[in-house]
Amino acid sequence: MGEEAEFVAGDGEEVASTAADVENELIEEEKNKDGEVSPAIIAVHPYEKSVAVAVGSELRLFDLEGDCSVSLIDDSGGSPHTDSIRAIKFGANGRLFASAGDDKLVKIWVTNPWRCIWTVPADKRVSAVAISHSGHYVAFADKFGVVWLIEIDEEKVQQLKFDSKPVPILGHYCSIITRLDFSADDRFIVSADRDFKIRVTVFPKEPLNGAHEIQSFCLGHTDFVSCLAFVCPFGHANGFLLSGSGDSTVRLWDFVSGTLLATCEVRAKAGQSQSNGPDTYSPVTDLCASFDGSIIVAALQNLHGVVLLNCDFPNGNLSVAKVVSFEETYFPTSLVLSSSTQRLWMIMGASNLPMVGTTHLPTRLKVISVPEKDPSLNYRHDPVVLEDNEIPGGQKLLSELQGTPDITQEEATLAAAAAAVKLSMRSMMIKKEYNLEKREMRKKNRNDRKAR
Amino acid sequence: MASNVNATHVKSQSSRLPRKRFYRARAHSNPLSDSHFPIPISPAEFDYSHHYPHFFPSSREHHKNDGAPFPKVKFADIGCGFGGLLVGLSPLFPDTLMLGMELRDKVTEYVKERILALRASNPGQYENISVVRTNSMKYLPNYFEKAQLSKMFFLFPDPHFKEKNHRRRVISIQLLDEYAYALELGGIIYTVTDVEELGDWMRSCLEDHPLFEPVPDEELEADPVVKLLISATEEGQKVARNGGQTFRAVYRRIKLEEL
Repeated sequence: MGEEAEFVAGDGEEVASTAADVENELIEEEKNKDGEVSPAIIAVHPYEKSVAVAVGSELRLFDLEGDCSVSLIDDSGGSPHTDSIRAIKFGANGRLFASAGDDKLVKIWVTNPWRCIWTVPADKRVSAVAISHSGHYVAFADKFGVVWLIEIDEEKVQQLKFDSKPVPILGHYCSIITRLDFSADDRFIVSADRDFKIRVTVFPKEPLNGAHEIQSFCLGHTDFVSCLAFVCPFGHANGFLLSGSGDSTVRLWDFVSGTLLATCEVRAKAGQSQSNGPDTYSPVTDLCASFDGSIIVAALQNLHGVVLLNCDFPNGNLSVAKVVSFEETYFPTSLVLSSSTQRLWMIMGASNLPMVGTTHLPTRLKVISVPEKDPSLNYRHDPVVLEDNEIPGGQKLLSELQGTPDITQEEATLAAAAAAVKLSMRSMMIKKEYNLEKREMRKKNRNDRKAR
Repeated sequence: MASNVNATHVKSQSSRLPRKRFYRARAHSNPLSDSHFPIPISPAEFDYSHHYPHFFPSSREHHKNDGAPFPKVKFADIGCGFGGLLVGLSPLFPDTLMLGMELRDKVTEYVKERILALRASNPGQYENISVVRTNSMKYLPNYFEKAQLSKMFFLFPDPHFKEKNHRRRVISIQLLDEYAYALELGGIIYTVTDVEELGDWMRSCLEDHPLFEPVPDEELEADPVVKLLISATEEGQKVARNGGQTFRAVYRRIKLEEL
């Protein structure tokens, strides 16, 4: 409570606050809400043909094959993104790409050559997207907990004729859905929410009629679920699900039955390796894994590095293998692993920085080369953080995706970004608790605030 | 007999039924707001021994060692209100555990006291019913495993007339997914209301849902539970007093048929 109150109010002087103070705080709070900060996110083509970075409403693309930046061509007749992009994803074969966010638009792209083919209007702000492995469906979830589905009909793609509307297929009762994904065989669609839940739903043959049959709930996290990753190790046909959460753990699930197989207290383990150690509150912000689960990487909010995890699938053991540390100002906001090259791509940055009056949004991109493992699950060498000139695409890619030719000039902005993202995630995910006085004031001002 | 009277007299302090007027509460509670009461992380964390001490005389560990399977809650009364249905059902199914779920704090308190008083004045009875304060629209899977329940009750729920507020209704296509998850195959969902519009809504949601089919009328006639839906519940009695109409929809959980 104390912590939260402090956060909401911006100071700790709760006791002495008068009605006017409360009023001011409320106005302040409203303002902050408008300036909600979203983290920069990254996605990589499954065959590493291109890299996409989204920060704020900007979508930056770099074509690694052609070694050039990609201009955004929009054949859909829709508007470009006008507010923070919250989710970007490539389809399994890299042909499709989807982007969506706070502007209530879901844009569907084909990647060869890059162009937007369909702009789907959503009812509410979109918080997650997923593309079925078959490439026939794009699912997206909104902040009211509803998952919507659109069918990508090949014929329609050719003719650019899209008349269908998204259909709601399932719902978490008014909870922000944080992630959405299809299982590797498209048999299940998995949605994670802010109320600690992971729902595994059977993805039916006629999904446009709704996905009503719940296979399981994966329950065990004690805070919001922030990220999901499927793995399919050899000999385990159904595969497993990994999840990261605000409770600073990564968990391993048998998602068909909803059984919790292993829990790794990432913060406790990783904290030891960094002298200052992560904050006591340190949610797992992102998680990615190779298809067979041999590489699992997690990012924590207050860790200037990433954590490599080992998973011994037959025995259900999940442990920290290595912590890769960066300079003390680098906190990745999004991770993605390119399975084909074992390269881990990460980005740091944020949109709408309230205190920095800049119009451009710098981000900082890094790449780690993850080495092979020996049979006893030890890495043969240490993971290598690539120098800027060793990154595929080199300086050209960096200046495009980082949004600035010289990122070293932007230290201060990036530091501000790290702080802002931290705050923003908390305000979005954590349940707010108000004292009586504040609650009364909120009630009083419920409907007329917009008029001001 | 005399000793019996004596016993009740001694216990009278605790066994007297709670009086509703000390538990006055608002008629509605917002199901959308963030909840700050404790919720079990998963069904395994739900403490049965605390709710049903008669069925769990010693600690849970002891039972585990016995190897005997735990009895589990089979009936859930969602929005149990003042608990009339639970109290009515309890003697009909003395070996079945039933749980009432209610969002309003004071009302839950009342039901708790009521059950404790009933247990005290009727030793050996009413041990199979209990109540939790929770938001079942958000946290049902935290209480019940897949296919755990055989009956679910939604009696006289909030009508939420405004279209804007329809998403607050306790029966909706999306929430039915979760109810279907908690119900075993063949399990029955009972809904009743005195608001025609809501009755139509609940029926059409159930009708449209692929995991439910209507229970035929002749079966309903024979079902002892159906009579209690109106006669046992406080809301039902009120409707009967005022000579109002009720609208009932009773459906069975079926297997999904995929073509």
